[in-house]
Amino acid sequence: MNLFHLLRRGSAPIARERLQILLAHERVARNQPDLLGILREEILEVISRHVAYEPDKVQIKMDRGRSVSTLEVEIEIPNGFGGAMLRVF
Amino acid sequence: MAEVLVVTSGKGGVGKTTTTAALGAALAYDGERVVVVDFDVGLRNLDLVLGAERRVVFDLINVIQGVAKLSQALIRDKRLDNLYLLPASQTRDKEALTEEGVARVIAELRTRFDWIICDSPAGIERGATLAMRHADAAIIVTNPEVSSVRDSDRIIGLLDSKTARAERGEFVDKRLLITRYQPTRAARGEMLTIDDVLEILSTPLIGIIPESEEVLRASNVGSPVTLNNALSAPARAYFDAARRLRGDDIAMLVPSESKSFLNRLFGRKAA
Repeated sequence: MNLFHLLRRGSAPIARERLQILLAHERVARNQPDLLGILREEILEVISRHVAYEPDKVQIKMDRGRSVSTLEVEIEIPNGFGGAMLRVF
Repeated sequence: MAEVLVVTSGKGGVGKTTTTAALGAALAYDGERVVVVDFDVGLRNLDLVLGAERRVVFDLINVIQGVAKLSQALIRDKRLDNLYLLPASQTRDKEALTEEGVARVIAELRTRFDWIICDSPAGIERGATLAMRHADAAIIVTNPEVSSVRDSDRIIGLLDSKTARAERGEFVDKRLLITRYQPTRAARGEMLTIDDVLEILSTPLIGIIPESEEVLRASNVGSPVTLNNALSAPARAYFDAARRLRGDDIAMLVPSESKSFLNRLFGRKAA
């Protein structure tokens, strides 16, 4: 939605679209365990089995879209393990 | 047959207490025996909106704890003989609101009244879930605004899962009441329209209350908007909603303030 649309149509269509996407996710989450949340926990659990990482060096980003959601886990691993940056998408 | 109606919303400040008072008074005006029950323990306000704040002696918690009888706690409205208030407690002890106690009080109210209207506190905690617990029907008060619509969706989910009816495999009759609606802004695309809200929440509509200064004026003087100025736009909208609750088939219009010629001429700027 660009500025032209905003000026021409007002902001209500944006509100409507945001609500539709948000509520679609929240309704599913209400009846089921949160898939992205479980993945996040389990991925971190697997990594912690092999690598000692500092919790505050973990960055987790989630983006819930209309048809596809993404989970991005970025963990800084200390030098002893090669100083790698592990990225899970 | 008594009907237990919960007025709920999730979000605060959308008009639950205003609606409880206005609908309660409208139903009583139409001859129904009505009690409005304030479930907002610690933050009672229904007494204030009804203008009964100086007459509160006992409250819902006192009745639950057996300190007072129901008949001692009920306050009769000074304008309408068949409208009563059961106030909430101002003490902070929310734990005193027990499930068994609420069940007992509601059961007793069912024998005395046609309508038991439960004014829910905001949020989804104990007070809100107990207010909806024994409801046969629910009015979900929603402003045409994103956070209110989201919270209404959450409340609809609770009505479908946490109420006594839901647990028995029955349904609570859910109706949406859209408040603070501004048709001119919706037409300009600045505000969610009625159709937007209905489509998003998939719940039938019981009424549309237009934004109006009459609502504040009525609460200032401690009178339900339906009694304070029965001909005002919000009052007419609430009367229509009350009659729909009783089963009347009334066309869904957004009442507007009647304007004088001069107001019409200059009103567009202010709209």
